[in-house]
Amino acid sequence: MANVMLEVKELTTKYVTRFKEDVYAVDHVSLTLEEGKSLGIAGESGCGKSTLALSLMGYYFPPLHYMSGEIIINGRNITKMKPDDVRKSILGTEIAYIPQSAMNALNPTRKIIHFIEDVILAHDLYINKKEIYERARTLFETLGLPPEVLEKYPVELSGGMKQRTVIAISVLLLPKVLIADEPSSALDVTSQKMVIKMLRHLMEVGLISSMIFITHELPLLYNVTDDIMVMYAGQIVEKASAKDAVFDPLHPYAKGLMGSIIVPEEGLRDVKLAAIPGTPPNLKNPPLGCRFAERCKYVRPECRGVAVGLQNLTGGRTYRCILSEGELREAYKHEKEK
Amino acid sequence: MSYLLQQAFRSGKFVFGFSIFATILLIVFIYPLVIPDPPLEIIGQGTFFEPGIYVNVYDSIRAPTYILNLRGAAANRIASRLNQADRLAMKEWLMAGGGIAEDEIDIEDTALLLGLWVNHYSPTKNVPGMTNARRNYFARLDISLRGLLSTEGVSVAVKNPDTGVLEETSFIAQSDYANINQVANVRVLPLGTDNFGRDMLTQLVAATRVSLIIGFIAGLLATLIGLALGLLGGYIGGIVDDVIMFITNLFIVIPSFVLLILISFSIGQEKRGAITVALVIGLTSWVWTARAVRSQVISLRNRDHVNLSKLSGHSIGYIIVSDIFPYIASYVVMAFILQISSGILAEAGLSILGLGPRTTEFPTLGLMMNWAMIYQAQILGKWWAYLPVLIIIALITFSMNLMNTGLDQIFNPALRE
Amino acid sequence: MKRKSNNVCLKAEGLTKVFGFGRRKTLAVDQVDLTLYEGEVISIVGESGSGKTTLAKMLLGLISVTEGEIYFKGQKRDISTHRKKKEYWKNIQAIFQDPFSSYNIFRKIDAVLLDCIHMKGGKRLPHDKKVAMMAEACSFVNLKFEELTNKYPFELSGGQMQRLMIARIFLLKPTILLADEPTSMIDACSRATILDMLMKLRDEIGMTVIFITHDIGLAYYVSDKVYIMEKGKFVESGTADQVILNPTQPYTQRLLSDVPKIYEEWDLSTV
Repeated sequence: MANVMLEVKELTTKYVTRFKEDVYAVDHVSLTLEEGKSLGIAGESGCGKSTLALSLMGYYFPPLHYMSGEIIINGRNITKMKPDDVRKSILGTEIAYIPQSAMNALNPTRKIIHFIEDVILAHDLYINKKEIYERARTLFETLGLPPEVLEKYPVELSGGMKQRTVIAISVLLLPKVLIADEPSSALDVTSQKMVIKMLRHLMEVGLISSMIFITHELPLLYNVTDDIMVMYAGQIVEKASAKDAVFDPLHPYAKGLMGSIIVPEEGLRDVKLAAIPGTPPNLKNPPLGCRFAERCKYVRPECRGVAVGLQNLTGGRTYRCILSEGELREAYKHEKEK
Repeated sequence: MSYLLQQAFRSGKFVFGFSIFATILLIVFIYPLVIPDPPLEIIGQGTFFEPGIYVNVYDSIRAPTYILNLRGAAANRIASRLNQADRLAMKEWLMAGGGIAEDEIDIEDTALLLGLWVNHYSPTKNVPGMTNARRNYFARLDISLRGLLSTEGVSVAVKNPDTGVLEETSFIAQSDYANINQVANVRVLPLGTDNFGRDMLTQLVAATRVSLIIGFIAGLLATLIGLALGLLGGYIGGIVDDVIMFITNLFIVIPSFVLLILISFSIGQEKRGAITVALVIGLTSWVWTARAVRSQVISLRNRDHVNLSKLSGHSIGYIIVSDIFPYIASYVVMAFILQISSGILAEAGLSILGLGPRTTEFPTLGLMMNWAMIYQAQILGKWWAYLPVLIIIALITFSMNLMNTGLDQIFNPALRE
Repeated sequence: MKRKSNNVCLKAEGLTKVFGFGRRKTLAVDQVDLTLYEGEVISIVGESGSGKTTLAKMLLGLISVTEGEIYFKGQKRDISTHRKKKEYWKNIQAIFQDPFSSYNIFRKIDAVLLDCIHMKGGKRLPHDKKVAMMAEACSFVNLKFEELTNKYPFELSGGQMQRLMIARIFLLKPTILLADEPTSMIDACSRATILDMLMKLRDEIGMTVIFITHDIGLAYYVSDKVYIMEKGKFVESGTADQVILNPTQPYTQRLLSDVPKIYEEWDLSTV
C-alpha cells in the first residue's frame, strides 16, 4: 500500500458569524490521500468545500475555529501543534494552498522574483539572492514557464500566466500536498487548460506528491483527479473514483450534480438537464436527519429525524444515504424509464 | 438607513469620535444658556490674567468674618510671600554661618527653613569670606522675615468725608475668614483672560460655535458643488465631463489655500463676515470631492443595475438620484465630515494670517489664535491664551476623522475586522 | 419546441464599435452582420475580450453604434429620444451575467417588479391586480412572492436573484431577450434550473433569445444557431450541430479542444 500523505479524521470546524452564531461548515469529514493520488472536491457554493481546504492546513484564524478531529500530514499530527509551529514547519513545506483569488493577491509594485525571495527567505535565512534566482529559474524551466517572468511585475502578466506563476511560487518549498481552490474558474478556457496541464505536470514530475482540487466544474474534476468527493452542507455525501462519480453516482445529490454537466459533445442536446430544486439548508441549525432530504426526489419518512451515516462499499467507495446501493440503482432505473 | 446607523454605533472608533464631538456640541449649546455674557466684552484691565477664581477684595472686607484657627495658615501665608531667591539665600547663610549640613536643609519646607533661620541667624556672627554688602543683605532679609512672622492684623480705615481724617472702621485679624459664598462679587475665570482682558472660556465657547458653523457651511457648500459636478461629469460624460474636468483641473493646479488667501484679501477686511469666509472656503475646496465622486460614478454607470434601470425606462434624473447616488452616499457623507474639519482648519489658517472674518462681531478659533500670536502669548508663556484653542481645534478634527474611519469600516467591509 | 419562423425580427449590418481615439483606438466590434428570425435561439460564443458584450450592448441600445445599422422588424431602429428608447426597450430586454450587481441594492424586490408593470402601461392598475401579476411572475420561476415582498435583492441567493430576473422578463414579455452569460456566476446545479426556466418562458411567450456566452457547451445545449466570435468578428456560424460537431475554423476547433470533456479523451498536449 502506498504511503498515506494526508489523513483527516472526523474533522469539524466552524465559523462564528458577526452575530456570534456558530456555522459548522465542515462537519465530521474524514479522508485519506495517498502518495501520487489526487482528490477532487465538488459541491455547490456554500457546501463547505473552500472551508474544508482552509481547515486542512491546520492554521486557524477567526472567524474560522477548530472544533474536533485530527489532521495527519506525512505522519505528523498537526492538530496537536502550536499555530506558530504549523506556520513555520508545515505551511509551504508540507502542505501548500492556492486560494481562489490568489492571482489577484500579488502586490502590483513588486516583481515576481521578490515574492519568491520572500517565500524562500522565510524558511532559509542563509541563502543568497543568486542561489534563490537559480532555484526559481530551474523550477520555472521545469514547469515550462519562461524565466523572464521572474523579472516582471504582476500587471505585465496575463491572467493565465499570473495563475501559473502563483502555482509555481506555491510549490517552491516542495510541499507534499497541494490544495488548489478553484484555480482556473476566473480564467478563459485556454488558460484554464494550461493551468490544468501544469497541475498534472507537477504530479508527474514529482514536485508534489498529492493534490486536492476544488471546483464546481465537474468535467474539469473528471479530467484532473483520480477520486471525486462530493460535499453537501458541510458533509461528505459521496466519494468514489472519478469515473464512478461521474457516470455512476449513488447519492441523489451527486446524481443531480452529474446530471447538470454540460459538455459540447454529441448527444448533449438530447439529454434533459437535471435540476435540483430548492436551496441547501442553513448551517446555523442544520436538519437533524439527512441534510438533503428537503430537496431529494427519493425522500422517505425515515430520512428525517435520525442522522444518516456513511455507507462503505468495496473499492473505497462511500455514500451517505439510508437507501442501499441496490435500492438507489433501482430508483434511478425507474426514473430513467419514466 | 437605520441599519447603517446601528452598525455605525457598533464601531468603537465611530462611537469614540462621536462622543467627543457630541460633548463639544453640547457644551457649545448649553454654556451660553448658563452664562449669557457677550463673548467679546472686555472685563479685565490689563492683559493675560491667569486662570483662577477672582474674589472682589472690597466685598470680602465687608463680608461677615469667621475665625478659623487653622494649622499651617501662617506658614502658607509666609510661603506664598517667600520667593525662591530668598530661600536660596537663607540656605547659603545657614550652611556658611550656621554650620548646618546641606542635606538637613529643605528649602521647600517653609516652616523648617524659618525655624532654622530664627534659631541660628545672628547678625553679629562673622562668616569668613563674606563681603560687607552681602552681610547687609542678610540683615535686611532678617528684618523682612521677622516682619513676615508678625502676628498682627490689619486695620481698615475710612476717610471721614467731613474732616478728611482716617478713622478705623474694622480690624482684620490673621485668623479672619470670609465665606466665598457671602462675598458679593466672585468671578471664576477658568481660562483667565486674553490680551484684551476678555474671558477666555466664554470667548472660546463662542468661537467654537462660530468655527463649527463656518466649517459646516463650507463643508456643505464644497460637498454640494463637488457632488453635483461629479455626478454630472461622471454620468453624462462626453463634452460635459470634459468641461467640468477642465475647471476641476484648473482648481487643482492652483493650490486652493493660495486662492483662498487671494479671494479673502480682495474681499477686504470690512466685508468679510463669518458667512462670507465660509462661502469662500467652500468655493475653493470642492475639487477633490468632485474628482472622487466623478470617478466613482464612472465605475458605477457601466454597472448592470444601471443598465437594467435604463432598460426599465427610467430617465437620467431618476437613474442619477436612485441608482447612482445611494451607492456613493456613504462616500459623500464621509467626504462631508472631512470637509467640515478641513473647513475649520482653513478658517484657522486664514485667520492666523489676518485674513479671517472681521474681528468686531464674533470670535472664531482662528481669530483667537491670531490675537494670541500678535500679543506674543506663546513667547510670554501665557499658555491659556492659545493652548485651549489648539486643543479644541485638534479635538474637533480628531473626532471627525475618527468618525470618518469608523464609517469607512462600516461602508468598506474589507476594512472590517 | 422549435418556433422558428421566416420573419426577420432583428437585423444588424456592418455593426462596428470603436473605443477611444487616435493611438488608443481599439476596435471592439468589427463589421458584424447578424440576422435574427422570430422565435429563434442563437448563441454568440467568444472568449473575454472578443467583443461579444459590446455587441450585445449595441443591440440593446445601451451604447452608441460607431458604424453600421440595426433594423428592428424591418424598420431602421430609431432610439434618438428617451420616449423612443423606452418603446424599443419594451421589445428587447436583457438578463445580465452577475445577479449580484444587476440589482440596485437600495430598492426592494417589489420595486423592481413594479417597474416592469409600469413599463407595460399598468401604472393605473389597482394595487391588488399588480400584486397578483407579481405573484404570478414569481410563481412562474418557483419563487413565492409572499416571501419576497418587502425584501431586498441581496437577501436572496445568486440563483434566486437570477430567477427573479427571469420573473422580470415574464412580466415584460419582450420580443427579444438578450441573455448575457446568465449562468456563468451560478453553480453548475442551479444552472440547469435557470436554463429550464428560460426555455419554458420562451415557449410561453414565444421570445427570440440571444445567448452571449463563453461556455461553448451551454451554447450547444440551448441554441439553434451558434456564432463564434473572435476579436470583434464572427469567424464561424451555422446551426449548433454544424458548428460544434464539425467545426471548420481553427479558432472554433481550438475553443472546443480547450473545454474539458467527459466522453472523449481531453487532449492536454495542444496548449
